[in-house]
Amino acid sequence: MTDFHHIGKKASRPDSSDKAAGKAHYIHDLQRPGMLYGKIKFSGHPHARIKHIDTSKAERLTGVRAVITANNTPEIRIGFLRDNFALKKDKVRQYRDEVAAVAAIDPEIAKEAVELIQVEYEPLSGVFNPHEAMKKGSPLIHETDAQGRPRTDNLVPLKFHHESGDLEAGKRAAKYSVEGEFSTPMVQQCCMGTAGCIAEFDMNNNLTMWAKTQIPFLAQRDFNRALSDMGLHGKNTRVIVPTLGGGFGSGLDTHAYEYITILLAFQTGCPVKIVYTRDEEFANLSPRQSSTTKIIQGCDRNGKLTFREVDVLQDNGAYTSWGATYPSVMMMPATSLYRVSNVYFNARLVYTNNTYCQAMRGYGNPEHTWALESNMDELAYEAGIDRFEFRMLNRNEPDEITPMGLKVSTCGLKECLETVARKLDWGKKRTKDKRTGKGMASLIHVGGGARIYRSDASGLILKMDDYGNVNVYHGGVEMGQGLHSVLSLAVAEALGVRPEKVIINPTDTGTCPWDVGTHASRGAFMACNTAILAANKLRSQIFELAEELYPEEAEKNLKKYMKKNPGYKPPDFDVPKASKCERFELRDGFVFIKDGPQEPWLRIELGRLLRAIHFRSQGQMLTTEVFYDPPNELPDFERGFGNISSTYAYGAQGAEVEVDTETGEVKILRMVAAHDVGRVLDPQGLKGQIYGALAQGVGYALYEKLESKQGKILNPNFRDYKIPTVREMNFPIDLEFIETNDSYGPFGAKGVAEPGLVPTAPAIANAIYDAVGVRIRDLPITPEKILAALKQRRR
Amino acid sequence: MKTEISFILNGSEVQVSVHSHHRLIDVLRKQLGQTGTKEGCGEGECGACTVIIDGRAVNSCLYPAFEVEGKSVTTIEGLQGPKNELSVIQQSFVEQGAIQCGFCTPGMILSAKALIDSNSDPSEEDIRDALLGNLCRCTGYVQIVEAVKKAAAQLKRKK
Repeated sequence: MTDFHHIGKKASRPDSSDKAAGKAHYIHDLQRPGMLYGKIKFSGHPHARIKHIDTSKAERLTGVRAVITANNTPEIRIGFLRDNFALKKDKVRQYRDEVAAVAAIDPEIAKEAVELIQVEYEPLSGVFNPHEAMKKGSPLIHETDAQGRPRTDNLVPLKFHHESGDLEAGKRAAKYSVEGEFSTPMVQQCCMGTAGCIAEFDMNNNLTMWAKTQIPFLAQRDFNRALSDMGLHGKNTRVIVPTLGGGFGSGLDTHAYEYITILLAFQTGCPVKIVYTRDEEFANLSPRQSSTTKIIQGCDRNGKLTFREVDVLQDNGAYTSWGATYPSVMMMPATSLYRVSNVYFNARLVYTNNTYCQAMRGYGNPEHTWALESNMDELAYEAGIDRFEFRMLNRNEPDEITPMGLKVSTCGLKECLETVARKLDWGKKRTKDKRTGKGMASLIHVGGGARIYRSDASGLILKMDDYGNVNVYHGGVEMGQGLHSVLSLAVAEALGVRPEKVIINPTDTGTCPWDVGTHASRGAFMACNTAILAANKLRSQIFELAEELYPEEAEKNLKKYMKKNPGYKPPDFDVPKASKCERFELRDGFVFIKDGPQEPWLRIELGRLLRAIHFRSQGQMLTTEVFYDPPNELPDFERGFGNISSTYAYGAQGAEVEVDTETGEVKILRMVAAHDVGRVLDPQGLKGQIYGALAQGVGYALYEKLESKQGKILNPNFRDYKIPTVREMNFPIDLEFIETNDSYGPFGAKGVAEPGLVPTAPAIANAIYDAVGVRIRDLPITPEKILAALKQRRR
Repeated sequence: MKTEISFILNGSEVQVSVHSHHRLIDVLRKQLGQTGTKEGCGEGECGACTVIIDGRAVNSCLYPAFEVEGKSVTTIEGLQGPKNELSVIQQSFVEQGAIQCGFCTPGMILSAKALIDSNSDPSEEDIRDALLGNLCRCTGYVQIVEAVKKAAAQLKRKK
């Protein structure tokens, strides 16, 4: 199983050279003939009735082609609960609500026109704290639901609940138990390339969207629905994905700005582009949800967990996007990280007048693992057991079924924990006088797709040309994570061609088969599984046709070979007789008989064979299509049960930190990350994924928070919103990959895009506690919080 | 009021007419169609728009276009060789896996080039100082720093 030719070897990313040369084209770089520039007028009020919108001055500005509001455009409802609108009509519910938009011949005129739009509001009292929003008499964010039925409270109508075993019995069995409340802030994806799109209608009113999306096919469905809302029934959208300047979950839903661009393009009959500036992106793109998690865990005298009880409260913001379904993922660590049999999990989401939230890398898992793994350390101290031993004692094992019904296939958690302990010199203190400490944390994450929709499938087309090139059409999105790199490796490996002959075509709903989206660390898992299926199908086709055509080609080859090598005597070998499907092999782009003599003339170049197949009477070109839906289940989230993924990724990270007790500054001395990745596909790309995710975890742990006051984002720039720079990331990171060779994984591999940031924050927090004895329960762990905690401890 | 200015862009003289409020990045991207220079923030915070002006790495989003008059500007488009080959630093970024989404890459490479051009034997600290103004959200910088180190060593050997 390990004699791969390309898998696990150094890959060359197909997109790197263009990116290094500045020749990759992002949405910012794309132009269409006659294109106009759109700009949005945002409310600037967190909660208010719209009394009047005056667009007359903007309309009169030279160069303006359209000014739209909810009053002169059809209503387009968006979001999976249909509680949001492309343009707001009667009231605004968040500071960033879209109330009007313009299209103009250049961006400066569009900006000026937006400033000329005057909106009269009647302010309403707002609510910005989920606890407040749950109280009786709190202002209602939505007076009615999408069906027009009156609402009486601010609870989002989504239920995430799990109960298994006997919680009370688990509590009785516990000798030690610890309770804690942990909170996490809103943080932003911070893609270096901001969001944007271009919308263009043809004369049949079909739409083409160049969109910065991770879900081209679900976006197509959403946009087609919008076309219907606009009266364009039966019309189609083609979604084309340009080079993405990062994704990190920000492209997992369709956004109001995209629908506004569509409306402007339809109104003007011209292509229209909207691209967010950085401050627009910070203020108007949905971030990661903030959450508060109350957790109690208990263990018996031997340190075995006996119960876990979890209550989550999330600030949903004013509308609903995928941030609202984080509890569907939180449930996974809550029920299944470490063995625990009596579990209670409940999550509530509340509407507020804050900015609404969406997906971000890890999708609820970093939030929950932060609470769970901080609490694990507290419980270990309480029980007087070493924190590493405590985790080992309760670790998951291969082939177990967890309380949520997750069917664990392979599980490298033991090896991950041991690796972290060994590399971190666990148990040895660096120096006595320095305030240094060590901490660790583990993770479980979906590693074999994630069924959160009725289909978790992905299709793939392989189209051979006359030259032995393999054109690949796949609906997954390359956003920098290296999907196209592993996909070309997988095609090369499974088909038997050189990776250079594999051409990954742009993601386009018009040419690629359906894929549910690039999320939940499923990209490589799905793409490579489809690649293997398609390659096997194609190999059979080629070998079947070769039965007839290989002998002729070999004969021609032999003649040429003998001309060059006059004294050559071919071995006594009956080529036509040996030309049987099952005896052919294809490797490095050559077809040969695997158990035959390995003479050079018996190696037929694939392109030549393909031409022989093509250019004859009744000739054919080879194209293969597959569609793969992994063996997993759509969980019943109200009961909290179902095997959401076909396999699970595990990992552990460790940190050693030094804390300055005078300033509260935390200096990370080193980090260790050990991940069960199933199989390493592209070693360099994999390292990049973990380094990068870990850096986001460091930001989450120590620096990042989207500050909001009365619903207004206060730090919409990189000056005030700090992501780690090369200075903060100045410490050694020791990576180790545990290969568990999963039977569901392509070549044994599991998904790995998100796991790298899941345990980072609790590992750092646990190290801080080890160093100075203060536990911060509210991310990010700023120097101010540490100083305050140290001060309180001295009292 | 528009002013005619001329400057050297990647070794060739160009003439453009600019408004006083135009930024260098607008001239490069919009007037000259050189979209390799990326705008990540427009406020000089992210470094995606880094270009080299007379040997110094500069944020082109903060640089008034008219001030470039008579100066020499290098953008990412000026780095590749005559046969469409990548320069040593670019190639090193490719080989070290220092590129993910790639949006920060042109700016990173130009900051690295300005450093290596002025200091042929930079320490890791020098490299980190030079890249401090260039944000990357994808890589955690590990492979980027490695790429710059390797490129500097290779260029030194070539000399």
